[in-house]
Parts: sequence; structure tokens; C-alpha cells
Amino acid sequence: MAAAASHAGLWIPQLYQVARVRRELPDTTTLELAPVEGTRPSFAPGQFNMLYAFGVGEAAISISGAADAPHFIHTVRDVGAVSGAIAALKAGATIGVRGPFGSSWPLQPAQGADMLFVAGGLGLAPLRPAIYQVLANRPRYGRVVLLFGTRNPRDMLYRRELERWRQRLDVDIEVTVDQANADWRGNVGVVPALIRRVAFDPHDTVAMICGPEVMMRFTVNALLEAGVSAQQIHLSMERNMKCAVGLCGHCQFGPSFICKDGPVMRYDRIADIFAVREI
Amino acid sequence: MEGLDHILAQHPFFAGFCAEHSRLVAGCARNHRYDAGEYLFREGGPADEFFLIRHGQVALEIVAPGRTPIVIATLGEGEITGASWLIPPYRWMTDARARTLTRAIGIDAACLREKCEADHDLGYEMMKRFLPILVQRLHATRLQLLDVYGKP
Repeated sequence: MAAAASHAGLWIPQLYQVARVRRELPDTTTLELAPVEGTRPSFAPGQFNMLYAFGVGEAAISISGAADAPHFIHTVRDVGAVSGAIAALKAGATIGVRGPFGSSWPLQPAQGADMLFVAGGLGLAPLRPAIYQVLANRPRYGRVVLLFGTRNPRDMLYRRELERWRQRLDVDIEVTVDQANADWRGNVGVVPALIRRVAFDPHDTVAMICGPEVMMRFTVNALLEAGVSAQQIHLSMERNMKCAVGLCGHCQFGPSFICKDGPVMRYDRIADIFAVREI
Repeated sequence: MEGLDHILAQHPFFAGFCAEHSRLVAGCARNHRYDAGEYLFREGGPADEFFLIRHGQVALEIVAPGRTPIVIATLGEGEITGASWLIPPYRWMTDARARTLTRAIGIDAACLREKCEADHDLGYEMMKRFLPILVQRLHATRLQLLDVYGKP
């Protein structure tokens, strides 16, 4: 678990300036946020910040940049008023930031094991800091596999980065799309189906999954079927977060709060409630 | 040169198959090689064979007039394609096209159906292997239809 956010950052949004904007997809933007004063707090891969679009509202957005990057990097998809306002910010604009919050990917205990990252759609964003960290410390891990599922070839997040990673000889990357015509030369089908096609040692693999919850349920089943134990499977969960410190209850998930006990959760600890729709 | 029964025994689909059943199935098998772009089968054609992919990638496609073929799924090494041999009227429901150089074992459907009728243990073993794959693909298709990466 990463250290709790500093007291000031806990409740009062700190002012940040949008240092750089990158349009990833027609509805998805990556923002680099530089603190107006001082340096940004440290974070661990998997954590999130509360981003405050002034006059509109606040939203929980995962950090998608490297832990050693000078700025906070967030990839935001326009799915509503708040995320739309954040995604529309231009370079030079100011934004409020609270955080970082939440649990992180267990990269330290995973050392020595095979690493299996499974991402769906925008779920690649919260996994990206973990991938950066593993690649920066590549000798400390066994096989490294990234399976990425997306809607169609046009909606592929971080395409250039995926192409760069693919050129490495020490990472296996498989991308699949749900919909394609014959012009697409890659895989077609759902991302859990890729699990049977890649090499990893199921008894010594740590799996990290992020994507829509339905996709994660199918992926967990495929991993269990492949022999990966429930204790070795980690998911990044999503619920409607408000306070981000486990007080308001908006993100309650059974006995847990996603904002403080998650977003990264070990599957065996939530297996009983993961598929319960009432929770 | 490797015998077909030996090649079949190494394919994941036949993992755990007994020697006698392997020999029976091998009697219906033959090797295929497809260059990129070649069809393993075409929609509407007789489903007289099913295929164990040994190497390469195969796309299952559906063609709508005037449009680029839509790819439903891609399959690779260790997978099978062609379930229509099991179900009357034994006609292919999609195209299957090699995307890269593809090597496959084709199992003659009429030959295998006859052997399964004569030896129900063999038939049951075949069903135990086919059914989970069909169910997995049905589940995968449902997930694909959900369009989970679309806007919430």
C-alpha cells in the first residue's frame, strides 16, 4: 500500500497547471499536470487523484504516467459533465488536484514472478504506470505479458507506445479487437481468449487486470481455468468516488470502500461479492 | 517424417486421447498448407472437414455484399476451426481464411462421423473436447456483443 495522501492534499484541492495536452482518441485526452507551487507528491502505480474542474465538479481519475515523471499524468475519457470538462482543458489552464489516494499494484512482492497484465479499453491507463515500473526493472521479473483488448483498431489507446513496447524482445504483447474488418491484421476476439494463447507459468504468475467489470469477470474466470490462483490475481475496481478517503460511502463495495481499500484489490478477498449485482 | 497420429497426439485438442482413438482419428486426417489469403472453407460450402491449426493464423469472416469482410474471430496455433461438421446440414456458416502461412490437420468429417457412430466411446471423447470449446466461444461472443468498451 502506498502512503496516505498528505493532510493538505486530502481535503483541499491543490492548484495544478495543465502543462501539456495530448489527444489520444476523439473522446480521450492525456493531461500532464504540474503543481503551481512546489513539487507533486509521490504516488504508487495504481493510485488515483481527484481532479477538480472548477465550477463543474470533481472526478476520480487514475494516474497513468510513470512514478518518476515530473508531473502527474492522467488519461481522461469524456463520459459526462466533469470528465468532459477535464478532457477539454487546454495547456495553461488550472485544475484542482487532491491525492494521490488508494491502494497500488503489488509490484514489489511480484518480483521474480511472471507478470501478466490484462487491460481492456481505457483500463490500460491505470496499468501503464505499473508496466513502466516493470519495464524499468525488467531483470527483476520473469516473463512479462501484456494482453490488451479494445473495441476496434481506431479506438486503440496509446497505440504508438504499444508499438514501441512490441519492438522489445523481452515483452510479449497481444492486442485484440472486438470488431474489425479484413483490413485489420491483428487478433479479433475478446481479451480473455488470449490467455490460452500466451506463455506464462500459471503457478508463478501475478496477474493485474483493469477494464470494464464484465471484461474483468471473464478474464478472472479464464485465469482461474488456466491455473492462476485467486491470490495472484489483482483487479482495479471502479465505483462512484466522492470523498476519496472512505468517509462518504459512495464507493462502498461490500465491507470495503474502493477509494481507500481499493482501487487495486486482490481477487480472493472480493471473490464472494465480485459478481453480486446488488453490491 | 512424423506420423499423423503423433502430430494429432501433440495437438492440445487431443491431449489425453488414448492410442486407439488417436489411431482411429488419424485414419481420417490429412495435412494441409495454406498460403496467406487462401481459404480453408467458404460460407455455404459442405462442412466435410474440421481443422486443427498447427501453425499460423486463421480469420473467420462473414461477407456482406459491397462491404469489406467482417472478421468475427481469429484463431491460431493449438486451436480448432469448423464445428459445422457436427451439425446437419453440414454447411459452413462463415469463411475461414488464412492470414499468414497456415499449417493445419484436416479431419474428414464423414469418416469421423462414421467412426463415432461405430464407437460411441470415441464419439463421447470427441464431444467432451468439442463442447467446452463451443461453450467458450459462445461466452466470448456474448462478451463481444456487449460492446463493453463503448461509452457507459
